[in-house]
Amino acid sequence: MSSEVPQAAGVSDVPPNIRKQRLLVLREDIAQPVYTLSGIVFIAILLVGWAGLTYGGFVSPLFLPTPTAVVAEAFRQISKGILFPDMWASVYRIMLGWLIATLFAVPIGILMGNFRFFEGLWEPFIDLVRYMPVVALVPLTILWVGIGDEQKFLILFIGVFFQEVLMIMNNVKDVPMDLLRIGYTLGLSQWEVLWHIVLPASMPGIWDTFRITVGWTWTYLVVAELVAARNGLGRRIMEAQRYLATETIIFGILVIGLLGLITDLSFKLLYNHFFKWMKENR
Amino acid sequence: MDIQPKLVAQGISHVFETGKGDLLVLDRLYLEVKEGEFATIVGTSGCGKSTFLHIVAGLTNPSAGDVFIDGQKIQGPGRDRGMVFQSYTLFPWMSVQKNVEFALKKSPVGAREKQELAAYYIDMVGLRGFEDSFPGQLSGGMKQRVAIARALVYHPSVLLMDEPFGALDAQTRGLMQELLLDVWEKNKCTVLFVTHDVDEAIFMSDHVYIMTTRPGAVKRELEIPLPRPRSYEVVMTPEFTTLKREIVDAIREETLKTMNAPTVKELA
Repeated sequence: MSSEVPQAAGVSDVPPNIRKQRLLVLREDIAQPVYTLSGIVFIAILLVGWAGLTYGGFVSPLFLPTPTAVVAEAFRQISKGILFPDMWASVYRIMLGWLIATLFAVPIGILMGNFRFFEGLWEPFIDLVRYMPVVALVPLTILWVGIGDEQKFLILFIGVFFQEVLMIMNNVKDVPMDLLRIGYTLGLSQWEVLWHIVLPASMPGIWDTFRITVGWTWTYLVVAELVAARNGLGRRIMEAQRYLATETIIFGILVIGLLGLITDLSFKLLYNHFFKWMKENR
Repeated sequence: MDIQPKLVAQGISHVFETGKGDLLVLDRLYLEVKEGEFATIVGTSGCGKSTFLHIVAGLTNPSAGDVFIDGQKIQGPGRDRGMVFQSYTLFPWMSVQKNVEFALKKSPVGAREKQELAAYYIDMVGLRGFEDSFPGQLSGGMKQRVAIARALVYHPSVLLMDEPFGALDAQTRGLMQELLLDVWEKNKCTVLFVTHDVDEAIFMSDHVYIMTTRPGAVKRELEIPLPRPRSYEVVMTPEFTTLKREIVDAIREETLKTMNAPTVKELA
C-alpha cells in the first residue's frame, strides 16, 4: 500500500506550455534560429514575389523592373565609375551635416535638460521650427547659402537638429534625481554633479539618439539633393525619375537602405562596446 | 543636560507649492538625536518623513525652522552627513570598487589609501570578491550594501537612511537589518532612519519617533530598551510585542485620520 497520490495516465508533471515551445505566445521567447531565419525568409519571399511579378510579365518594367535589370544597373554604375563617387558625395554630406547638427544639439540639449531656464528659453522656438516642413525650406536655403554643399548641410541640419536637441534633452532628464542627490551629499558642486554623474549617466541614451537621428539623415539627403546637386545617391534617383529609369531608382533606394542598415548596425555594435555595463542592467 | 545632542531639528515646517495651492507637509517638527544613537522615524505614507530627511541632508530648504548638527546650523548638503536612498543609486557605469571610491573624491587622501578604504568598507558589508562587479550584476540587497559602504567610507558623523530596505523582499530585508546593526556598532555613527515598517523600527532603534499624518510632526517618542547586540529572535519576545502594540496603535490612529480626511471622502 502506498500513500502516494496516484498519477492519471498520460499526464506529465511538466505544464503543457513548457512541454512544447510554441511559436505564438504573448511575450514568450522563441528558439534563436527560428527568430533569425524568419527575418531572412521574409525578405526571400519578397524577392521571390518581385521576381514572379516581373518575369511573369504581370507588371510593366516601367513600373517595376526585373531583378536582373537592377543587377545590371548595379554593374553599369560600378563599371562606369558612378556608384562610388555618388556614395562618397552623399556619405560626406550626411556625415558633415549630421555632425554639425549634433555638435549643436548635444550642448544645447544638455543645457535644456538640466536647467529649466534654458528649456523655457528655447523650447517654444524649437517646437515651432520642428513642425515646419523641411522640403518647403529648400528654396530659402538656396537663396541663403547658394547651391553648393553648404546648402545640403543646412537642409540636413534643419532636418536633424530641431528633433535631436529635444531627444537629448529627454535623455538627460531620464537620469534619476536621486543620482544627482547622492552627488550633492558627497560634497560635489552642481558642475561636478553635471560632469561626473549626469553626463555619464545619460550617455547611453544620447548614443541611441545618435543612432536614430543618423537614420533620418538619409531621408533628408534626398530632399537636400533634390535641387542643384551634381552628384550623390539622391541626385541619381531624382534624375532617373525624369527618364523613367525605374531600375536606377530601385537600385538607388536599395543602396541607401543598405548603407542605412550598415550605419545602424555599427552604432549598435559600438553601443555594446561602450556601454557593456548597460547590458547587465536590462 | 550635560551633553549637547548630535542632531537637533527645531520647528521644521515645509510647504509644497502645488497647482491647487500650497500644501503643508511638515508642521513645526521638533526632534533631537543623541551622539551615537540609532533613531528611527515611523509614519504613514505621505506624512512627510522623507521630506524631513531630505531637509536634514540639506537637499531641501525648509520653509521654516533649522537643523543643527553639533550645534552648527546646516546650510545645504555636507560631508558630515551620509545618505542612503530607497531607490538604487549606484552609478551603473562604475564597478563596486569605483562606486565606493567615488565617495572619496573630495577627501584629501591618496589614490592608494582611497583604494584601501573602499576595499575595507566593501569587506565590512560582506562583498569581498565583488569589487570588480558592476551594479547591473548585483541583486537589490547587494546594491544597497554597496550604497551603505559608499555612505560610510568618508566617515560622516550622521548616516541618513530613507527606507533603504523598502524595495527588498522580506528575507533579504531581515538579513540587511542585522548587517546594518553590525556595521553601525563597528562605526559608532549616529543614524537617522526612516521607515514605515514598525518591526524594522523597533528592531533597529534606540529611539522611535512616531509621526502624525500630514502635516507631519512628532506625535510620540518612544525609547526602545531592548538589550544590544540584538539578534532576529528579539522580535519574538514579549517586550518587543508590547512596544509593537503601542506603535501600531499610534500609527493606526493616524492612518484612520487620513481615511476620514475630507479629500478622501470627496473621492469616495
